[in-house]
Amino acid sequence: MASDARQAPSRIGPRLRRALCGRAGWGGLALQALFAALLVWLGYEILANASANLKAQRIASGFGFLSQTAGFGVSQSLIPYSESDSYARVFLVGLVNTLVVAAVGIVFATLIGFAVGIGRLSRNWLVARISGGYVELIRNLPLLFQILFWYLAVLGALPAPRQSISLFDEVFISNRGLVIPRPIPHDGLTVFLVAIGVALAAALALRFYARRRLFREGRPMTIWPWVLALLIGLPLIAALVFGAPFSVEVPRLRGFNFAGGLRVAPEFVALALALSTYTAAFIAENVRAGILAVPRGQMEAGESLGLSHGATLRLIVVPQAMRVILPPLTNQYLNLTKNSSLAVAIGYPDLFSVFAGTTLSQTGQAIEIIAITMGVYLLISIATSVAMGLYGRRVNRSLGR
Amino acid sequence: MMKRVFVVAAAAAVTALGSQAAAAQTLKTVKERGALSCGVSQGLPGFSTPDDKGNWTGLDVDICRAIAAAVLDDPTKVKFVPLSAKDRFTALQSGEIDVLSRNTTWTLSRDTSLGVNFTGVTYYDGQGFLIRKSLNVNSALELNGASICVQTGTTNEQNVSDYFNGNQMKYELIAFGTADETIKAYESGRCDVFTSDISQLYSIRLKLSTPGDHVVLPEVISKEPLGPLVRHGDDQWFDIVKWTLFAMINAEELGVTQKNVADMAKSNKPDLKRMFGAEGNLGEQLGLTKDWVSRIIKAVGNYGESFDRNVGAGSKLGISRGLNQLWNKGGIQYAPPIR
Repeated sequence: MASDARQAPSRIGPRLRRALCGRAGWGGLALQALFAALLVWLGYEILANASANLKAQRIASGFGFLSQTAGFGVSQSLIPYSESDSYARVFLVGLVNTLVVAAVGIVFATLIGFAVGIGRLSRNWLVARISGGYVELIRNLPLLFQILFWYLAVLGALPAPRQSISLFDEVFISNRGLVIPRPIPHDGLTVFLVAIGVALAAALALRFYARRRLFREGRPMTIWPWVLALLIGLPLIAALVFGAPFSVEVPRLRGFNFAGGLRVAPEFVALALALSTYTAAFIAENVRAGILAVPRGQMEAGESLGLSHGATLRLIVVPQAMRVILPPLTNQYLNLTKNSSLAVAIGYPDLFSVFAGTTLSQTGQAIEIIAITMGVYLLISIATSVAMGLYGRRVNRSLGR
Repeated sequence: MMKRVFVVAAAAAVTALGSQAAAAQTLKTVKERGALSCGVSQGLPGFSTPDDKGNWTGLDVDICRAIAAAVLDDPTKVKFVPLSAKDRFTALQSGEIDVLSRNTTWTLSRDTSLGVNFTGVTYYDGQGFLIRKSLNVNSALELNGASICVQTGTTNEQNVSDYFNGNQMKYELIAFGTADETIKAYESGRCDVFTSDISQLYSIRLKLSTPGDHVVLPEVISKEPLGPLVRHGDDQWFDIVKWTLFAMINAEELGVTQKNVADMAKSNKPDLKRMFGAEGNLGEQLGLTKDWVSRIIKAVGNYGESFDRNVGAGSKLGISRGLNQLWNKGGIQYAPPIR
């Protein structure tokens, strides 16, 4: 001990060495530096060489094309877009479309996946078999085939707009998609939204109070009738006092298509359906594996406490299973997002279709466009991983691990 | 010091290699390979389509075969590379194909920014609309609010936008990756209208289950001069592809056909003597042989023969010559003289 303390000052060198270059020593550090420099040089050479070749072949390069006029129509866009907008705008339109279909897909894939995964372990013979059949059928068919199936065989078989199926003459379903009435905002909207906000805040406060009472006094409190009354009552009162928050524009068939109203295009529905049902089959297996990883005793313990089967699953088993489920679940979310690039097969204008497709072929700037597209998918994927990582840390903390 | 020299030399080597590849000798490459790599469509009857035995036929295919005949003296030595509209330019830029002969519209932006050169016009086309007869539409001006299916990566997408905005009409454009996907969506009723170059509309109508239920509207909304193209920067190869088409058009003008080419080659007429290499060395100036025109005509016939056989009166499409008639017969097909 004493000798250690005495020698400590002379050990700064080796310590620094170990911190910087592990066991390999200064020589290792030099090698690493050389390797890093080589990588940088290689990257630079690739870029410089590509740029020289493009110039020699008279292929346009650089990012100036982003401000040029796109000049082509996009069938659906959540942000305002017209043909006179730039390619940069097209990029945004595609990005938003990709994010929307991925987000919707992830939500539904998770819901279906958990339902099927838990269903496979059900004591009910029929539920277990149907869930098992679903997983085996869906995960063994190619995704592109499923997308085309939903698009051409299911949605394509719907009647033409003139023969569309109508619900109360306000909602229409045809092979052009689902058309619903569109709310048009009025003056009363602000107060209406504030009323909803207040109702939500009150509901949350109520829940907080109920939980505190449950933990302090051990008495559960039924709050849902109150919450319901708040959420419906407050906005209703606001609407009665300050006038209707919005009027409704009912879609009408005019010429070839419906005019007015909001439309959900069949391309979006087919893609979201195919992505969520396909990914759900994989998530279901992850969920099943996660639940089976929780010791059986936990289930028995929950039931012996007098909790119902559902409550045991919800409060005891699934929270513990989440630790096992999360990492593969993240993979499935990433897969779903990347698989959304199959959209071009059915004409859904996602990022890959309008940017790495139409924009690329109109400008011919393959290197720049593919680089941007790759970068964006990478960013989306990394953001998803980080978000799931944070959630995973929370789950582990709550389990005290 | 030694290291720096190495780095600079290596950098120079990599760069030099790159620029050399850019100005590659396509003629030499094709001869060494013993086959022409020709980019065509993924199946467009009349222009480029494989039969049940895998033999490609069509007007665009004939251009590939004619080049192979001129360069390799064998019209069968062609490797056909089917390409979607979206991928075609990248395939040419990257050197995967030597020539792109795939109903491609010649435009200024393509000619200048894609690193390609168009070599001529094989077919003067225009964009039109295919629609169901049951919708009772007689003019494109009645299409306000219609849903339109289009193949992505074509000039058609922008033309639709120009036409509808110019006439203050609304539309919904749904763009698909390949021609087949576009046709399927049109057939399933997702779109009211299918838009493309008119020649393609006739060709695609044949693929539909009941061609008689669909009509092509009379409006032609754009100019679509279709032709082969090559990579920028190899002038010799550019000349060869360009003059292959010119030879076919000139042959028609001079009455040279696949049948009479052997006799015509013996003719004493000065223009025929120049064409068939009995006089001068025009073929050699191109980097080919003296009998280059004979080879081309023996392989695929003259321009008119190829047109009739593939898209014209002698084919299922039955498209009339129209603009594609020779200049001295009321059309605009015209080739510079071989002299």
